[in-house]
Amino acid sequence: MAASYESSTEYIQHHLTFLAQPVAEGGFWTVHLDTLLTTVVLGMLAFGFLWLVTRKATTGVPSRKQAFVELAVDFVQNQVKDVYTGTSKIVAPIALTTFVLVLFMNAMDFLPVDIMAWIYEHVLRQEHWRAVPTADVNTTFALALSVFALMIFYSIKVKGLGGWVHELFCSPFGSNPLLWPFNLLFNAVEYLSKPLSHSLRLYGNMYAGEIIFLLIALWATTGLVGTFAGVVLNLGWAIFHVLIVVLQAYIFMMLTVVYIAMAHEHH
Amino acid sequence: MNINLTLLMQAAAFAAFIWFTARFIWPPLMRAVDTRQKQIADGLAAGEQGKKELASAEKRIADMLTNAKSKAAEIVATGDKFRSETMDAAKTEAKAEADRIIAAAKAEIQQEVARAKEQLRNQVADLAVAGATKILQREVDAKAHADLLAAIRTQL
Repeated sequence: MAASYESSTEYIQHHLTFLAQPVAEGGFWTVHLDTLLTTVVLGMLAFGFLWLVTRKATTGVPSRKQAFVELAVDFVQNQVKDVYTGTSKIVAPIALTTFVLVLFMNAMDFLPVDIMAWIYEHVLRQEHWRAVPTADVNTTFALALSVFALMIFYSIKVKGLGGWVHELFCSPFGSNPLLWPFNLLFNAVEYLSKPLSHSLRLYGNMYAGEIIFLLIALWATTGLVGTFAGVVLNLGWAIFHVLIVVLQAYIFMMLTVVYIAMAHEHH
Repeated sequence: MNINLTLLMQAAAFAAFIWFTARFIWPPLMRAVDTRQKQIADGLAAGEQGKKELASAEKRIADMLTNAKSKAAEIVATGDKFRSETMDAAKTEAKAEADRIIAAAKAEIQQEVARAKEQLRNQVADLAVAGATKILQREVDAKAHADLLAAIRTQL
């Protein structure tokens, strides 16, 4: 496949170009249709499946599908229970949504890059298409900022607006007015670092994974030895990636729960 | 790394999926899981209860058995006592009866002996009178000598 490209740089750049659709005058007003469409389709598949299983859920002996879904849900709920002691009933569903969605988006990385590139080109008739939504910084920031918004929401809900502002100025160093700027600075750094690390961790892992798949695919075009090594390496990296995909989804979910739980804490 | 409108749309999609999960997936599933959990807990509790009831029933049976055994032993003891008492009474009665019969027989024998003696005495007196009559060659006036005759009879 890479043979049709001028250079390996072009090959990689081509695979890393979004299907960008300007909405208004471009710039910020651009939508990555590939990212958005993949996310929506994956979400509909995943949550549609969950919904179908749920609709047929019995209280008696569960079917295999239901048992599987219950296992996953139970896993998420246990994690949430360990971390989150608040009363909000929506935190566990948020965790489940996050875990399932991120897991599926990450799992797009398993699809062989160039077979998919051929499908995108000849079936979807798109020259540029990136399959892994979590390798798009927009997606990870969207998720992290949503969690950030939830953090602020729960902080204000639990402590009241006054309590939250008081905390911004008076913790962690103390309520002396001289310390207010330092407290505010400290809290600002803390609040900023959370969504940044939350989103960039996932983005970095998935983006790097994607690039390594591309590099292995490049090597596979360099003759018989390269093809053989590429196949073996691709398999190895894919198997290792199973761990990364699940681990990153789990970490993302856990951080979501931890951040929301921290928002409930009084200082 | 270019941030654009995709971010907002992804956030909207994320929010929609959260809403969908929280509305249509989580509650029914949790309901099913909780209901089943309760059913299992109830079943286990019922099993435990059944076990306890079985144990208490076994204990009751053992108690009843012990009770019945002691009652039976009591009845047997009472029967034994009654029998020995009855036998004792019967023995005493029989002995008394035997004594009575022996006494009656003895009395009868005595009477018989007395009667025989009387008879004999009368016969001897008669014989004596007859002898005397023969000796005196005349009839002894029984009436005249009645006192004498009676005296003889008593002396015999």
